[in-house]
Amino acid sequence: MENNKAIQIETKHLSVSYNKHSVLKDVNIQIPAKKLTAIIGPSGCGKTTLLKSFNRLLDLREDVKTSGKILVDGQNILNPKLNVPQIRKKMGLLSQKPYPLPMSIFDNVAYGLKIHNNIHADQLNAKVQECLQEAGLWNEVKDRLHDPASGLSVGQQQRLCLARALAVEPEIFLCDEPTSALDPIASQQIEKLMVKLKKDYTVILVTHTLRQAKRLADYVIYLYFGEVVEQGPAQEVFSSPKKEETKAYIKGDIS
Amino acid sequence: MDITHKRTLEENIFKGLMLFSLSVVIGSLIIIIGLVIINGASSLSIEMITQTSSGGYYLGKGGGVLNAIVGSLLLALPATLFAYLIGLGISLFLQKDLTHPKISSFIRLTLDILWGIPSIIYGIFCLIFMILIGIGTSLIAGIIALTLLELPIITRYMDESIKMVPMGLRESAYSLGSTKFETSVKIVRRQALPGIIAGVLLGLGRGIGDAASILFTAGFSDRIPQSLNDATAALPTMIYHLYASPIPLVRQRAYAAAFLLLIIVLTISILSRFCTKKCTKFVIR
Repeated sequence: MENNKAIQIETKHLSVSYNKHSVLKDVNIQIPAKKLTAIIGPSGCGKTTLLKSFNRLLDLREDVKTSGKILVDGQNILNPKLNVPQIRKKMGLLSQKPYPLPMSIFDNVAYGLKIHNNIHADQLNAKVQECLQEAGLWNEVKDRLHDPASGLSVGQQQRLCLARALAVEPEIFLCDEPTSALDPIASQQIEKLMVKLKKDYTVILVTHTLRQAKRLADYVIYLYFGEVVEQGPAQEVFSSPKKEETKAYIKGDIS
Repeated sequence: MDITHKRTLEENIFKGLMLFSLSVVIGSLIIIIGLVIINGASSLSIEMITQTSSGGYYLGKGGGVLNAIVGSLLLALPATLFAYLIGLGISLFLQKDLTHPKISSFIRLTLDILWGIPSIIYGIFCLIFMILIGIGTSLIAGIIALTLLELPIITRYMDESIKMVPMGLRESAYSLGSTKFETSVKIVRRQALPGIIAGVLLGLGRGIGDAASILFTAGFSDRIPQSLNDATAALPTMIYHLYASPIPLVRQRAYAAAFLLLIIVLTISILSRFCTKKCTKFVIR
């Protein structure tokens, strides 16, 4: 990594195990700010675990042991004394299967705003509209804001989840295969949004679709069964990978 | 017999058994309701609903069961409310992201055992307690006994419903920076609402129809209770007293009281379907 690019997230000797089964082994990576970093690798190699460690979602499981450090803007977020909801607020999550909250479309976006701020009704309306517009959903839902969110299509639900995450003003977006449950048109819409997002936010994208990573990524981290094999600018990793395993994966020998 | 015929025969036998089971269940329901209506409708008069038991009521003279109707509602409704509030706290606490599984499975086991305890034991337990603290049969003692009876039912039902809320939904709420309290009460509770409503109504139905737990605790009375310390009649205990009479007319009134109880339970059931539809339109399916 070049020294003049700001590093937003850095892990040092990060190891995670579930019930004594090691999932991540001594991971040392750097994620640059305001770029899109793709984490690629075969299924089951620990990509989602790595992503979920960044916003301490792994805390929700009782059989997880984590060691090492995860530095976000220089601060180790694995410190047990930290306020976890505040850490999580910094990072928006887009999961593989979109989970809208059991509320209306409006309330889904307003939820984050209400729990973190004392916000007035007119400010709330304006902010919700802004987030829905940024997520490219406003025109489709402006006439039915108070209808249940469960009535939206899967692609619309994913965009709603994006709008909902934007409302809490995160700095980082964690995207865990956000297009794998979507049809090609909806996938394209989400990809366009991710390209737009990376101008203002740090985006970390877990994907097992190499083509998607090639299209969108500025930096790439190749993870193979819990170990980092290679990391660097996307151009370099895809056109002239340094390690044999990376070459094999990119060529399609391992999937 | 070739294999196709054998499989078709198996299928038909199985369908037959299912139909038989269905008819036993529906038949029993029809017979119970039928018996109560046929025997009770003749004694059912407007007096029964609007008047309390007057002197001589139990000897075949005039009066009604208003005291029992009011007593039943005053016992079961507060008991269900308390059981719901306590039960909600317990069932939200039992979730994987809040409690270690060993602790929560122990609590669930305890609740299952409590569910199986016969209601008369709750009555006797409360009676012992009442003697210790020096209160007599009263509305408050009856409410406490019913709360204890309904608590494990409502809690376990809500717990099963809350368990089914997908982890992905909880993770989505947590990633927005929600605290455990906010996620439990604002998100998980809303998603589990159909099951919560069903559990509460199951508990209410159990409470309003139980006689053994309130026999020693709420006592019996001819009057509508004026304070928490007054003893009170309830429809199940009223039915018991009426049916134990040697006078045929009074026994008829037991059927009429049973009919009233059935109507109350049916009304609660219908209202609940309405309520469920309205309150659960936001649930993610």
